Amino acid sequence: MTTGTGTGPDPVTINPLDPVTLERERRELQRSWSPGPGLWGWLTNVDHKSVAVRYIVTAFVFFLLGGIQAGLMRLQLARPENRLLGPDEYSQIFSTHGTTMMFLFAVPIVTAVGLYLVPLMIGTRNVAFPRLNLYGYYVYLIGGALLYTGLLLNTGPEAGWFSYVPLSGPEFSPGKRSDVYAQTVTFTEISALITSVEIIVTVFKQRAPGMSLNRIPLFVWAQLVAAFMIMFAMPWVATASMFLAMDRLVGTHLFNPAEGGDPLLWQHLFWFFGHPEVYIIFVPALGFVSSIVSGMTGRPIFGYPIMVVALVVTGFMSFGLWVHHMFATGIPQLSESFFSAMSMMIAIPTGVQIFCWTATIWSGRPRFRVPFLFVLGFVVVFIIGGFTGVMVASVPYDVQAHDTFFVVAHLHYVLLGGMVFPLFGAAYYWLPKVTGRMLDERLGRWHFWLFFIGVNLTFFPMHQLGLDGMTRRVYTYLPETGWGPLNLVASLGALTIAASVAVFLVNLVRSRRGGAPAGDDPWDGPTLEWATSSPPPPYNFHLLPTVRSRTPLWKRESDAPVVTGLRTDMREILVTTMLDAEPDNRMRLPEPTIWPLLAALATGVTFIALIFTPWGLPIGAVLITVAFIGWGWPSPKEHELQLREEREG
Amino acid sequence: MQFPGEHSAHGPAGPQALLLDRLGDLLYGIAAVVFVLVVTALLVAAFRRRPNGEGMDDPARERRMAMAVASAAGATVATLVAVLFLSFGSGKRLTGTPPPDAIQIRVTGRQWFWDVEYRDSLPSRWATTANEIHVPVGRPVVFQLRSTDVIHSFWVPNLGVKRDMIPGQETSIWFQADTPGVYRGQCAEFCGYQHAKMSFLVVAEPPDRFAVWLDRQRDTARTPTDSLARRGQEVFLASTCVMCHAIQGTPAGSRVGPNLTHLASRRTIAAGTLPNTRGHLAGWIIDPQQIKPGVRMPPNALAPDDLQALLAYLESLR
Amino acid sequence: MSSRFPSRRRALVVALALVAGLGCERETRRFREVPPTAMPDASLRLSSINPGPPVPDVPSRSGYVENAYAVSEGKRLFAQFNCVGCHAQGGGAMGPPLMDDEWIYGAEPQNIFATIVQGRPNGMPAYGPRLATSQVWQLAAYIRSMSGRVRKDVAPGRADAMQATAQEQATTEQRPVESTTPPNSERP
Repeated sequence: MTTGTGTGPDPVTINPLDPVTLERERRELQRSWSPGPGLWGWLTNVDHKSVAVRYIVTAFVFFLLGGIQAGLMRLQLARPENRLLGPDEYSQIFSTHGTTMMFLFAVPIVTAVGLYLVPLMIGTRNVAFPRLNLYGYYVYLIGGALLYTGLLLNTGPEAGWFSYVPLSGPEFSPGKRSDVYAQTVTFTEISALITSVEIIVTVFKQRAPGMSLNRIPLFVWAQLVAAFMIMFAMPWVATASMFLAMDRLVGTHLFNPAEGGDPLLWQHLFWFFGHPEVYIIFVPALGFVSSIVSGMTGRPIFGYPIMVVALVVTGFMSFGLWVHHMFATGIPQLSESFFSAMSMMIAIPTGVQIFCWTATIWSGRPRFRVPFLFVLGFVVVFIIGGFTGVMVASVPYDVQAHDTFFVVAHLHYVLLGGMVFPLFGAAYYWLPKVTGRMLDERLGRWHFWLFFIGVNLTFFPMHQLGLDGMTRRVYTYLPETGWGPLNLVASLGALTIAASVAVFLVNLVRSRRGGAPAGDDPWDGPTLEWATSSPPPPYNFHLLPTVRSRTPLWKRESDAPVVTGLRTDMREILVTTMLDAEPDNRMRLPEPTIWPLLAALATGVTFIALIFTPWGLPIGAVLITVAFIGWGWPSPKEHELQLREEREG
Repeated sequence: MQFPGEHSAHGPAGPQALLLDRLGDLLYGIAAVVFVLVVTALLVAAFRRRPNGEGMDDPARERRMAMAVASAAGATVATLVAVLFLSFGSGKRLTGTPPPDAIQIRVTGRQWFWDVEYRDSLPSRWATTANEIHVPVGRPVVFQLRSTDVIHSFWVPNLGVKRDMIPGQETSIWFQADTPGVYRGQCAEFCGYQHAKMSFLVVAEPPDRFAVWLDRQRDTARTPTDSLARRGQEVFLASTCVMCHAIQGTPAGSRVGPNLTHLASRRTIAAGTLPNTRGHLAGWIIDPQQIKPGVRMPPNALAPDDLQALLAYLESLR
Repeated sequence: MSSRFPSRRRALVVALALVAGLGCERETRRFREVPPTAMPDASLRLSSINPGPPVPDVPSRSGYVENAYAVSEGKRLFAQFNCVGCHAQGGGAMGPPLMDDEWIYGAEPQNIFATIVQGRPNGMPAYGPRLATSQVWQLAAYIRSMSGRVRKDVAPGRADAMQATAQEQATTEQRPVESTTPPNSERP
């Protein structure tokens, strides 16, 4: 459908789809939507694809750093009474490993894949709040830099990634280590909340006309569910870390039992966030898998409504599980029973999803390319983790398994299986869209098999080690315990994982340099991201598509309507209604600007100062206020565009 | 002497641990079966040979698949509910009120050792020891667990007990040992630098031997008889030892470190880290930081003669 | 950083080294100190006046005073070795207060070290043979923090216990007043 006025000559006399006009529009769109040149252009670029790529690259670097820490831990534990790392270094390394992987790698990368693909999949040009998106990235980057600067200065967190009090409190964690932890958490949680807001508003208000909510890809549903989960879960970890910072910095007694506080308060606050956190990591990966399975089998996912319900139910139920981390604390059995039941029942929606994928694969024609291999690997590895999860969900069984290497095995199986396998699959599936070049299949198969073998070799022995008495977070163990051989096997597995990641890095580099050109749609995929070039232009689509089904690219008719008439001389998008995506409005998105960076720096100064002094809060508040005033103040270009908009109505 | 003691969830030495071991086996078996079923279904779905004429849009097949998915979902629900009830049943049997004739033992987790106290209706019959707990076989035992600093966790795999020790609260757990033996426990909640080596022993022995042991623990320390041991006691009272360690019957009464009244009766020292032999004890006294970096005990430089005397004295503390 | 601006790069390196230096010292965990048990330095002085030419000061063991782990250990030892029995939580009881600005025998860490090791008239026991050197230095560092003379980021926060004193990191600094006469409470 054509809407409204365009720029230039009287639209009535010009056919909007005439090639000369199209070419002119493309050039104008390119000009309006491109970032500025050089370093300044890069720093101010608010294109969702640019921000997402920066998130993904940064998160991947953190993955490598976290992996190095894991490698150091496995080297230390390969032999009993090893002297590679002392207890102090080991405690910083395992705490930073966990904090990096959970806060700096897992959540940012899965939401960033969403930030890249969701606007493409729903047929719009950018996310709803582009500058906020860029601000979120800078805040995340500062948080990660804080953590690693801390680690390099011997001030890394030392009480584990969930930092129980009183060990992380002022008396038992001297210095600033736990303060660095608390503020790192603050940064990453602000960034995650911003990303979730972006996804929700973009998905609800900017879908292509005709893409009612029951036609959005399952990938988008997964991102939407995860975004809501972030909004409900993240504030709790912010509260917890703020309480910890207050206890340490200004002497409150929130966690001091002698003055009316309670160490268990920390555990409740943290785990009320911490359990949904792992599902926040897992649910987007379910979306990756749905897209890959559909694309690689050539048919839409079986049971779309049930799949949506499963995602939503998983999201809701994940908020009812958190006490299963506290089964050993002696809370009443009745409460524990409720959480035990919920922890087991949450396997049902995920199981249903696996059954639906199996049905899809059965009735489709699977192509055994690398993305599909990673999906198969995901199912195998994840369900092992799921079963050990059901085992530790049983309160009596948890008596033996809690806080041992059995849990380490379980959590790595579900996180590596449930998120990293789909993530690698997503990399092979969508990197061709991002870079325009395919990744090598042969290297990809080496990567897959080394990773699959490595993960099992590293983490399967840990089940036995845990039941054999090996507790978590030990920097060494006595030779007489007999834990040596299995630990050695696990360390060899870690080397295998390292090799597989090295293969992946080689593949990435080779693909950038000379991979096969991908074209628009190398996999013959069903969803809208494949309807534009690889890499997409800054404005995503010249003629925004409309849809009439869940798999628009497979059911595309030659006379499918497109959207024309949006302005090309400024950044304009189409806003549609929430349920049925009928065109509602048009909106101008803001120009690139340096203010997100400045506001992020002000935020950074505030929270880093709060590590050392309470004065950080008033001073920081002033800085942040100034930055946001500057942000909102129309630049001359914005002002000119606003006037032009109003004039031409 | 067995060092460091058995420490496996698969070697149940009492009814609680046995229950947990059986539950674990059952859960593992169910998991293995379901794993094989699901993975087989997936691989068959992926690798099955598709006849040439098979189309993608087949409403009859869609209906069949819907029934298959629904049945699988139903089977999942049924299995999980069964597992849940199995788990609830086991849990109830584990956590019922302990029988009235249970022995009460107070254990306090401290960074990084275990204070053990056997109380009695008569305070003069209280016994304090550290890092080694004796229990009679066949009688229920209740542990009252506390912590004076950070959260620790009291775990003995062979006996199926694990309970966090949380500052500001008292938690408790009870069990029974049916098989005599030496069982090693370890702290199961990260508590600082030496969490890794914070272990203890639970010695389950016949009731008569337990009674003899407990009586001896209630006694004050033996007065040293030979001159070397007497000199050792003087060294103990004149150097850094007396600031942290208590030996009942001497002026040493500090509760900062473990109670040493009956040190020589223990199988291990340094919270289950070293066997209790003269050589290990000497090494531990001279430089504990070498063995457990970060532990609260400082290095102690003693002249060789003083050290020998001290060792003779400590060995006399049976 | 291009080669056209070497001074900028040098400045950055210096800044990083400074920050690294500060961070490292506060956060180092030194678990082993060379024994023996504590003995004071023979050159320790209680007063700054002496006959003849000026004598250089004994260097202070500042490593402990800038080390958060040491100050925190000192706090633990202060309670566990029952210094509170005479000094309370710094306000003084039988013993003189430790959180004020009056220091009879000197306020520097090495002076406090000597006081603890040698004992003092009117009731301070000589702990010399009974404390490890590192423990005395840790106590001395903590005692300085009680009068607010340890850097705020090094001083401990609130204790995980009933509050008997303000947290040391929020204590205002009490600069020692040079005094060789005993305080009023101890005059006959």
